[in-house]
Amino acid sequence: MNKEMDAKSVVAQLRDGMTIGVGGWGPRRKPMALIREILRSDLKDLTVVAYGGPEIGMLCAAGKVHKLVYGFVSLDAIPIEPYFRKAREAGAVEVAELDEGLLLLGLQAAGQRLPFLPTRVGLGSDVMTYNPCLKTVRSPYEDGEELLAMKAICLDAALIHVSRSDRLGNTQTDGPDPYFDTLFARAADRVFVTAEEVVDRIDISHPHLAKNNLFERALVTGVVSAPLGAHPTTSHDSYGWDMAHLKTYGASATEEGGWKRYFDEYIAGGEESYFDRVGGRAHVSALPIPAF
Amino acid sequence: MTNATDFSLAELVIVAAAEAWRGDGEMLATGIGPLPRIAAGLAKLTFAPGLMLTDGEAYTVEEPIPLGPRGDHPLMPSGWMPYSRIFDSVWSGRRHAMVTPVQVDRFAQANISALGDFRKPKVQMLGVRGFPGNSVCHKNSMFLPNHSKRTFPEAEVDVVASVGHNPSRWPLNANRKPVDIGIVVTNLCVFDYNGPNHAAQVLSLHPGVTFEEVQAQTGFPLLRGPNMHVSAAPSEEQLAIIRHLDPSQIRASVIKGNPPGQKAA
Repeated sequence: MNKEMDAKSVVAQLRDGMTIGVGGWGPRRKPMALIREILRSDLKDLTVVAYGGPEIGMLCAAGKVHKLVYGFVSLDAIPIEPYFRKAREAGAVEVAELDEGLLLLGLQAAGQRLPFLPTRVGLGSDVMTYNPCLKTVRSPYEDGEELLAMKAICLDAALIHVSRSDRLGNTQTDGPDPYFDTLFARAADRVFVTAEEVVDRIDISHPHLAKNNLFERALVTGVVSAPLGAHPTTSHDSYGWDMAHLKTYGASATEEGGWKRYFDEYIAGGEESYFDRVGGRAHVSALPIPAF
Repeated sequence: MTNATDFSLAELVIVAAAEAWRGDGEMLATGIGPLPRIAAGLAKLTFAPGLMLTDGEAYTVEEPIPLGPRGDHPLMPSGWMPYSRIFDSVWSGRRHAMVTPVQVDRFAQANISALGDFRKPKVQMLGVRGFPGNSVCHKNSMFLPNHSKRTFPEAEVDVVASVGHNPSRWPLNANRKPVDIGIVVTNLCVFDYNGPNHAAQVLSLHPGVTFEEVQAQTGFPLLRGPNMHVSAAPSEEQLAIIRHLDPSQIRASVIKGNPPGQKAA
């Protein structure tokens, strides 16, 4: 059993119109090597589900997105993702803006193969106004409380960046916070991971880190070796986000033809050229991990 | 405890904001934005030692973490609090956040999502983030650095991200838990929504500010609270703690022009 494949083969398994979940949180641990491969492809009409960072802005800028399902889309130090903002203010994409917790519950319901999970979150707010598909449900117990029934968010595929993986699909995710990668993996028909390193057998090389395993290998369809593949986002405990690069990228959103220039300069030439253009692999691997 | 005579409005606001957490006991306190975060730290280090704080990332801490570069100080976590546990804490109700909305209305409904029509916003802001869930599950106080009719509009906020005391927004059969709004701290005053029928009432005016000025800058009617007074000046002790929690003076950049706490006579 060997699940290792290259980024191109992953994208070849994706289809126009699919619903794709992206792991990570804002500018943290995003599977950017796969996102860039999608940007180089002719894939389109995607529904993208995420706690969004630069991947959302880039996919919008490239015209890949039919619909966004998100809790937020932010680059942290740049609070509102510039291309996301542009797409929203132009009314260019359909959106389901959800409370961050509703997104969690929708993924959890999908992973548990339930139609919905009940919650008070969202009641009384405009989340219900602008997501008219959300319905309520009455508690069958004495309390009779009416609750929001958060619909399952089923994913055709989830793209997740991990610290390491073996060829069987066993993964480990280092760092202080797993975010909701576990739920993205469980909600998806197929999971493709990019890994800082691919090892033969994680049980032999890294048995002491087993608690960093977020989801079992049966869920993993493909493993892509992508050292530094989360750049320009943080990949704990290897390197921090590249805020200088994110600012360059963000600034292009306000320039006429800015996306095309950004795409041509950084992304079009492939991953090796990408790392040359952003300052070299040594530069990226030395980016400090931010503290708050 | 001696009151200082030389302090900034931001420092006065921090002292007023810290009061939000008085009496909360063992509760997760989250101050979002520099002044609320310093205020939560000040509350914990003075009158609310039971508060739990986070490092802003994934751990609880017993010593509030100063703003800005951490230098050589190692992180000293007392527990683990990744986002999944933040949601567990939110939904259990044992949290009191102080948030920084862009708009707040007469119902205490708040907006951080977008300005204008949500479907094609004039300004896309942060999105609703965790506001809907926070507001139905736990207590929330607010800080707004620029008190005006734009931030406190006459009509409802453009997008209701966090819920307030507006019954018409709720499904007919929902068993509404009472929404728990703490205090609202601005650059002009402190108010709450504990007047008759949840009306907004001014608790204290910052030095040199009149009730009429505050009303003129607010799109909905305000009441004078029963014990309306002048917001307390920071003590020297409180200022020392504030300087410790914000050594690089990030607090000076929050309120426009960083005015002094006492208006010049």
